[in-house]
Amino acid sequence: MSSTEVAIEPRVHYLNVDYGIKSWLLTTDHKRIAWLYLIAITFFFAIGAVSAALMRLNLVEPQGLVLQPETYNKLFSTHGIMMIFLFLVPSIPAVMGNFLIPIMLGARDVAFPRLNLLSWYVFMVGGSIVTYGLIAGGVDTGWTFYTPLSTMYLNTHVMTTASGLFIAGFSSILTGLNFVVTIHKMRAPGLTWFRLPLFIWAMYATSIIFIIGTPVIAISLALITIERFFHAGIFDPALGGDPVLFQHLFWFYSHPAVYVMILPSMGVVSEVITAFSKKKIFGYHFIAFSSVAIAAIGFLVWGHHMFVSGQSIYAGLVFSALSMAVAIPSAVKVFNWTATLYKGSISYEAPMLYALGFIGLFTIGGLTGLYLATTAIDQHVHATYFVVAHFHYVMVGGAIMGYMAGIHYWWPKISGRLYPDGWSRVAAVIIFVGFNLTFFPQFVLGYLGMPRRYAVYPPEFQTLNVISTAGATILGLGYVIPLIYFAWSARYGELAGPNPWKATGLEWTISSPPSTHNFEETPEVTEEPYGYDRLAEEIQVA
Amino acid sequence: MPHAFPIFPQQASTVAPAVDNLFYFLTAVSVFFSALIFLLVFYFAVKYRRRSKDEAPPKNQVINNVPLEVTWTVIPMILVAIMYFWGAEIFVRSAQVPPNATEIFVIGKQWMWHVEHTNGKREINALHIPEGVPIKLTMTSQDVIHDFFVPAFRMKKDVLPDRYTTEWFEATKVGKYHFFCNQYCGMGHSLMGGWVYVMTREEYQKWLNSGVSGITMADQGETLYHQYGCITCHGTGKGPSFQGLYGKPVRMTDGQTVVADDAYIRESILDPSARIVNGYPAIMPTFKGQVSEEQVLQLTSYIKSLGSKERNTGTP
Repeated sequence: MSSTEVAIEPRVHYLNVDYGIKSWLLTTDHKRIAWLYLIAITFFFAIGAVSAALMRLNLVEPQGLVLQPETYNKLFSTHGIMMIFLFLVPSIPAVMGNFLIPIMLGARDVAFPRLNLLSWYVFMVGGSIVTYGLIAGGVDTGWTFYTPLSTMYLNTHVMTTASGLFIAGFSSILTGLNFVVTIHKMRAPGLTWFRLPLFIWAMYATSIIFIIGTPVIAISLALITIERFFHAGIFDPALGGDPVLFQHLFWFYSHPAVYVMILPSMGVVSEVITAFSKKKIFGYHFIAFSSVAIAAIGFLVWGHHMFVSGQSIYAGLVFSALSMAVAIPSAVKVFNWTATLYKGSISYEAPMLYALGFIGLFTIGGLTGLYLATTAIDQHVHATYFVVAHFHYVMVGGAIMGYMAGIHYWWPKISGRLYPDGWSRVAAVIIFVGFNLTFFPQFVLGYLGMPRRYAVYPPEFQTLNVISTAGATILGLGYVIPLIYFAWSARYGELAGPNPWKATGLEWTISSPPSTHNFEETPEVTEEPYGYDRLAEEIQVA
Repeated sequence: MPHAFPIFPQQASTVAPAVDNLFYFLTAVSVFFSALIFLLVFYFAVKYRRRSKDEAPPKNQVINNVPLEVTWTVIPMILVAIMYFWGAEIFVRSAQVPPNATEIFVIGKQWMWHVEHTNGKREINALHIPEGVPIKLTMTSQDVIHDFFVPAFRMKKDVLPDRYTTEWFEATKVGKYHFFCNQYCGMGHSLMGGWVYVMTREEYQKWLNSGVSGITMADQGETLYHQYGCITCHGTGKGPSFQGLYGKPVRMTDGQTVVADDAYIRESILDPSARIVNGYPAIMPTFKGQVSEEQVLQLTSYIKSLGSKERNTGTP
């Protein structure tokens, strides 16, 4: 640390500027709103994680160890709904996006600070209704709400849950709008589009999907409610509806939603890889445009969820081709990250371990996506554990690894303090090992033919299920460790200083934690991001 | 077989080896690229590790290489194109039912499978089929969406309410294979499965003819034809005749021509006003809620059995 970074305590910053519950619940500071989201989604993550733990426990025995099928069905529904709608979708955008977008742009706040707070309240109202539905007895539709099962055949809290998600969706739309306007209008002088950090590009692409996609899921959920309540024939053929229509509507949102979950992580990884290899990103433009390409093509691939749904084979062939196409920009990103490491100066703190883990696991997740995009193979593995394994490699191996990389990378900025280096590395390794042990056997199970969402299963699948559960135990432990050391660090951690990683980027030029207004004066940007090569020359000169 | 620890599914249909070969190709590509990325990341991470805490960032950084970008864009494109066409060929082939396929009817309902053979033989949560004969399943659901999945055949298809879907396969190996409901359908979803018994043709014939009353599906359909009074119009010229109807084009009042297949016959029974045959008044009442899916299939079988005789006066 250089001498200019000596912390001056007590210094007024966004965390200690005001105390008391009101100062948090009525804040319009994007950094405090990020905290509100962080706490909320950690809670929803915990509910999702406990459901998963109970499911995995039950699957130790082919006939089910502890649960009735009905309870099991509610658990996998809860797991999916919580993890996707209330954890993964908001995770990086609402926490790190909120905290970092204004700072990375050199701005004081987002474009609409009060709308930003409203988004959180909307999210909490939606999330609370979903949680109420869970406490009141739960829902067993799966997170996919397929009709006519969800509309006419189940007597669980479908309407409650659907209404909650409908409301929570508006939070995504408003956040997306806020981010798009902020990125367009609030960039510091000199901060042209191609000087933006790749995290901003990723958040921009994500926001576009929020705005275009979320209304469609809102409409689908509203139609479910209308059919259940008014018996209007929309999806149920007994009433004159079309059961497959729902799948089109649902996946039109829910496939792009996958990119909502993965694009932000890709943005995080671009920041972390450069910072810990002290290199400029390789192929900046290719990574930036591949985010946009993924967002755009991502809207045209929904039919690959429906190859065996009875849709025409021609539709199947077109969607197969488009799904293959989306693999290309993803591959381009992976190659560029790998090339960034070349001739770098690489260190392995926790953020980097997660980022490297992300590259490996996302590669496997992406490649196994090709099996599912290939019509003839999908006919066999569709809706089996192969799919479960694939999307967990993308969602957990990709999205959550990216989330963990980001939290570890920016924690010193967010909290102003460091976390224990050793523990954080150990946890990263435990999570990596536990994850692979949990989900790799599920590829094998899936090709063997074990369908997903099975409370009971034939005995020959038991060994692989036991291995998977063992892995989940390790994975669960891996998630508990960071919870403990982050809580410890927030109070007792060593002071971080403005730039503990010696990284570039506007966020590292201000104090940690930042002041309420982020910048004392508006910064001027004169160069491309990741200027580690210039840093090299400066050091040489010095 | 229980408590064995298989890691690869049995291959028991004509399409299974083709799917598996493609699977091996994708796996080879995946293993190659995963290994490439893992090794490169690992190699770079070790080789270029930071040697000291204050090591200066590297100078003269390479940050762009367009030929390299083009290479790693084009190579994956070629590979996914191979996957696409290879997969599409198998997919299209597996969607085209051979004309000589033996038809079996499958009705899914929460949470059981009801199977009916054309000779009237029925089974629950089991499907007996002969080896080496293409089998066409005509499937529908009485309630929610189900899915008929036979892992050993590498084949599945959703089973939808209010419409027919078809799935065909040709078993290549005598044996007993799982089938599963593969579309989540509520509480008993994971219990909604059974066994496919692949038998030699002789044994299958023996099985098929044992314990049946001799009343075929078509016979049962004929009984319904009288019982529901279909005959009063369709047997008297008031409505279009069923003779030779099946599989033939039918002209409608709106000028459209529709082939009289299973789906058309089903619609005509349950929703007669949807399409009106040219030259006939729209007077038929709906039988929705009166006839079951099984009875619709029996009536269809009856109409089919009238197939090869004289042509219907109502068709062009």
